[in-house]
Amino acid sequence: MDVQLIAMQLLSGAVLGAVLVMTALGFTIIFGMLGVVNFAHGALFMIGAYAGVAVAMQTGSFWWALLVAPLAVGALGLLIERFLIRPLYNRPADDPILLTFGLGYVLVEVVRIVFGNDGIPFSTPAALVGVVNLGIGYFPIYRLFVIAVVALILALLWLGLEKTRFGLIVRAGARDPQIMRVLGVDMRRLWFLVFGVGIGLTALGGVLAAPMRNVNPEMGALVLAEAFVVTVIGGLGSIVGAVVAGILVGLVVSLTSLVAPEMATISMFALMALVLLIRPQGLFGRAGA
Amino acid sequence: MTPQSLDTTSAPGQSRSGAGALMQLASRWRVPLTILALCALPWLLPSKALAVNVLIYGTFAVGYNLLFGYTGLLSFGHAAFFGSGAYLTGMSIVHFGANWLLALTTGITGALLLALVMGTLSIRTRGIYFSMVTLALAQLVYYTALQASSWTGGENGLRGFTVSRIDVFGLQIDFLNPLHKYYVVLIFTALALWLVSRALNSSFGAVIEAIRENEVRARACGYNVERTKLISFVLSGAICGLAGGLSALHLAIVPLDTLHYQTSGLVVMMTLLGGMGSFFGPFIGALAFLVMEDLFSLWTAHWQLFVGAIFILFVLFLPKGIWGTILGAGER
Amino acid sequence: MQDNRTKLNAPTRRQVVGGIGLGTAATLLGMPLVARAQVEPIRIGFPTPLTGPFGAEARDQVKSAELAVKQFNDAGGLGGRKAELLVRDDKLNAGEAATRTLELIEKDKVHAVVGALSSAVQLAVNEVTRARGMIYISISQSDTINEVKDWSRFTFHEALNPHMTTAAVAKHTFKKGAKVAYLVADYAYGHEMLRGFKRAQAAVGAESVGEILHPFGAPDYSTFLPRINAMKPDILCICNFGRDQANSIKQAAEFGMKQQMKIVVPVILHNQRLAVGAEVFDGVVGGANYYWGLEETIPSAKAFNDAFRAANGGAVPTDYGAYGYTGVKSLLQAITAAGGTETDKVIAALEALKYDVAKGPQSYRKCDHQSIQSVLVLESKKKADMKNAVDLFRVAAVEQSGEAMLRTCAELGFSG
Repeated sequence: MDVQLIAMQLLSGAVLGAVLVMTALGFTIIFGMLGVVNFAHGALFMIGAYAGVAVAMQTGSFWWALLVAPLAVGALGLLIERFLIRPLYNRPADDPILLTFGLGYVLVEVVRIVFGNDGIPFSTPAALVGVVNLGIGYFPIYRLFVIAVVALILALLWLGLEKTRFGLIVRAGARDPQIMRVLGVDMRRLWFLVFGVGIGLTALGGVLAAPMRNVNPEMGALVLAEAFVVTVIGGLGSIVGAVVAGILVGLVVSLTSLVAPEMATISMFALMALVLLIRPQGLFGRAGA
Repeated sequence: MTPQSLDTTSAPGQSRSGAGALMQLASRWRVPLTILALCALPWLLPSKALAVNVLIYGTFAVGYNLLFGYTGLLSFGHAAFFGSGAYLTGMSIVHFGANWLLALTTGITGALLLALVMGTLSIRTRGIYFSMVTLALAQLVYYTALQASSWTGGENGLRGFTVSRIDVFGLQIDFLNPLHKYYVVLIFTALALWLVSRALNSSFGAVIEAIRENEVRARACGYNVERTKLISFVLSGAICGLAGGLSALHLAIVPLDTLHYQTSGLVVMMTLLGGMGSFFGPFIGALAFLVMEDLFSLWTAHWQLFVGAIFILFVLFLPKGIWGTILGAGER
Repeated sequence: MQDNRTKLNAPTRRQVVGGIGLGTAATLLGMPLVARAQVEPIRIGFPTPLTGPFGAEARDQVKSAELAVKQFNDAGGLGGRKAELLVRDDKLNAGEAATRTLELIEKDKVHAVVGALSSAVQLAVNEVTRARGMIYISISQSDTINEVKDWSRFTFHEALNPHMTTAAVAKHTFKKGAKVAYLVADYAYGHEMLRGFKRAQAAVGAESVGEILHPFGAPDYSTFLPRINAMKPDILCICNFGRDQANSIKQAAEFGMKQQMKIVVPVILHNQRLAVGAEVFDGVVGGANYYWGLEETIPSAKAFNDAFRAANGGAVPTDYGAYGYTGVKSLLQAITAAGGTETDKVIAALEALKYDVAKGPQSYRKCDHQSIQSVLVLESKKKADMKNAVDLFRVAAVEQSGEAMLRTCAELGFSG
């Protein structure tokens, strides 16, 4: 095994990590801010990809799809929050899990009715087709573009959460909603918006994945599992945790692929089980949550 | 979650009406009455095979509810117990030529031991973390079964252990006959229901409910919370293992899907549909779910749309489930 | 042990009761119908995964099977006795399939079962049917079902098996001295495909430069591809199926591997190619049991296509769909030859049957009941070369598979 291959393997692992971060981001934010475990995450990711296909077919442009689809699905997210999640805020913590579990069934079936069972072609945008020689080997341009987008989104999120008043309220609300309400902050409005943003990011993940993965109604089932793993390892609700965990998982999967490729998926879950047993709150989670 | 006073182990409230008194009587005789009702089930459902599935998934859900509804722990990994019960039952026959009853016992014992391990590892965590740990450990069991294909048949599933004739106290029973099979399975379901009912009526039942309602207070009262949770986890796992073993005998195959996290999701759905705060609820939920699925899937390929929508409506408007709602109405 | 259970399927009380019931109804309506047990329809159970990822294939299977039944009935059935297809959704789940098959046998009293669309599901159906002495014609690929452990004399395999498809595909794509790399889904079906390819590779004199097992159902292949690139193969054999195949080919294309090597798959699917798109599949070669384009050379294909088009608004039948037709049609021809639904007679008739209903001559081999038939080798067309929306493939070869292309009876565990 030569050095070049190992370097290439590390690179593809890191890039896979970035893809995983993107698939988990919406899930992490919604859990971190609202305490809602969104079991419909995979389905909404898939809806994002389909929305991207629909927009791209209408406009003929990937770039419009990248912009419009997340906004449209984010709006759907707002409706979901308003009519399905909000009635459950004073109910046992398990109820949103159960509701979104059912919602996932419904969304997948709606897509099957509208677009069929088989899936739909989605090509890589012309400007990003092809591979580039990185010195250690050839790598798809599109995957490098995905890294750039993920970095950009993370930077925007960081700025939004750390440097704005809105971000301050969101962070404070996540820690202690009671106090915020006493201070006169309308938490419901805040949760409404955060949920919408989270679903929008989930959909963005779907659009970004569409040129790499086949777009079909079941594509979200795997994403839900991946988002789970990344979020749990990182620490539920921690964005930094999700980023570190995503890249860690990517590297573990990639290195497992090198020595025992058939164990690639199991390695992901083994890592998650290991972290949960040693540090149940995850790498960056707060204890006692 | 508030317990349904009439149907749970907590002391029944003062009944103010005839209906209440009747239900209180029914509650005392809940196991014999259920079994009587179940005796008639094969003639009430579209098919005998479906009726056997109702017994199996009913047992699965009742076993699951011991942990979810009564102890208040939401596990997403119970497919591991159902699946290991099924696999060990099948594997005992395929690889060791065991007799069906010995095989079933092995299945239950295996599920019990697995529950002991998974329980020990997971009950230290609380809330959503508990759900995650159980899910992660169950996924490991799934992938282990997938990889150990020379033992489990891998993705093709375990086959080759059709039990066509069984010997019960010298009585030869044709196990391929759907009715005979139903009543044999019913014996085990009855045993499981009786066991769970007994456990819930004992002081153990009172303690797990105390833990569910307020863990801190239960601890302050001097109860060993961890040990009680673990016992509940193990008992629940063993009952689910029994259900899995029965499923293996019923279908004569063990599909890999048995261990899939969707099987865990399925039992959550059934329990919630029927009503998790009650003893019968989960059984009713399994019955309703399977009949619904059977009828809808004959009628449309998009049955999941309706099942999902009904599930959402239950979470939103009938969180006590079918049985819980009926009990609530009877109480009034 | 299984043999003495055959009587379960012989005409029994229920048939007589059914006959009397129909007879009474006929008398009441005053119709001149003779009350005979023979009036009872021939019931064929048809489990297929209408829900789930292969829903489109399943619907095609149902349409084709219904066409076969309709043609049988239009031609007068079996001396007036009509056939009936009982379609059940197995949800691509082996447990569900076993339950549905039990219902079909115990409640619906079917005379035979045809169907399934996955290795695991067909083995589950087979387990239920063989224990009850019920004829089952499997129409989904598997090598396992041919082997003595899962086989029974009630088991027929109308579909191709991985051994046949890989042999045909390798014969037309592997060259002497060519370097071949394998990407294999780590489950029984994947291993069966790999085994078939490697045997063919040895026969041709090609060289294996490495094999990588990937987890079944993996969504991302980017971590496997650098290793394959490093092997510098001439040919990449991707031994997986359905969604895994779509994702792995799509990502191999993304990594620019199609410029470096030829991509070859054991089975290329009509609907999968439509779902993934022409650019990604362009140039990929794979095996198939059926392609509508066969009509240019084979008369029975033309007849099947025309009948299918007429019944389905001009749509063409697809590969796995066609199995529904060939499977049910062969059963009905055997029932006609046997003069009834008595299990032993139908088995004997199936074993003796020579049929050509859609793709040229076919027959069931005696020892393992595998249908001997042609394997098509198809190459996916460029978008520019497509004459219409369903002109997806170029027929590179039609490999007539004789016994030589199958594993021997002895190898499967059958003695004598």
